[in-house]
Amino acid sequence: MTMLDTPVTGPVNGPDGPDSHPDHHHESPTPIGFWIYLMSDCIIFGVLFATYAVLGYNYAGGPAPKDLFEADFVLIETALLLFSSITFGVAMLQAEAHRLDTALKWLVVTGLLGLGFIGMEIYEFNHLIHIGAGPDRSAFLSAFFVLVGTHGLHVTGGLIWLVTLCVQLRMHGLTTANMRRLSTLSMFWHFLDLIWIGVFSFVYLVRLI
Amino acid sequence: MSDHSTHSHGNMNQLMTGFVLAAILTVIPFGIILGEPDISRMLKIGIIMGFGALQIIVHLVYFLHVNRSSEGGWTIAATLFAVIILVIVLAGSLWVMHNMNENMMPMPDMDKMMSLQSQQG
Repeated sequence: MTMLDTPVTGPVNGPDGPDSHPDHHHESPTPIGFWIYLMSDCIIFGVLFATYAVLGYNYAGGPAPKDLFEADFVLIETALLLFSSITFGVAMLQAEAHRLDTALKWLVVTGLLGLGFIGMEIYEFNHLIHIGAGPDRSAFLSAFFVLVGTHGLHVTGGLIWLVTLCVQLRMHGLTTANMRRLSTLSMFWHFLDLIWIGVFSFVYLVRLI
Repeated sequence: MSDHSTHSHGNMNQLMTGFVLAAILTVIPFGIILGEPDISRMLKIGIIMGFGALQIIVHLVYFLHVNRSSEGGWTIAATLFAVIILVIVLAGSLWVMHNMNENMMPMPDMDKMMSLQSQQG
């Protein structure tokens, strides 16, 4: 998977400067760059969590979390996302073992689980808006829709990326570039599952006590 | 974490360890809500938030493979920086807004104030 076969003794163009880590070979700047993007994304979610924490009790006479949220519904959503994280992990390991067809099968399973999650979220949003608990009802619901909706948009983006990548893998196989894309999407997908931990704990469960 | 045989994507053992830990750390908080055990409210909040935080660490270690050696330490540096910003944003927002609410509360006659406000437009 080496992109740049930098000799160990030669100049290293990493952030560490030359030769500060002689045994560490810099493969590609993409993983760390993407990680820094994910951390900035994490701060966006942090701000939305803070908004929910501040506004989450302002019901404006409207419905409260106990009137709207169902723990078992959220449990299924959580399970779908956690299982999709695992299937992506398996797909990643299969791709590293150069088993393209198996990897693609696991990616399809991942995509279906993600689709199930998004389907449930659309159903929930639609249901809430239908019963008059839309984002315009209270500050609590505005904060809820923005936070959970932003997460849902990220998952949707991840699904589009997943489909695109599957087509690329079909066309070009497990090339260096495709492996890099796959591992980047893997980071993105696991990261979205990580954000969901905050959502189900802080947005749903704590408010159902 | 010790067997870092190939490279940063781990192996099946890591994945399954992460899965089992994540599943346990998910089921218990949901059990607190669905099973309605007879424990105090504060303990329930503590368990849900604590297990959430633990599961985030499990995901970072077993799925995202954040450790001190990846990318020559830059991954963990970026992560710690993000965590510091998050703590400032979250704790700061809650603190500031809590202070504001506290200082707004002891108004002697809220209804009178409201009607005065509405008269002034």
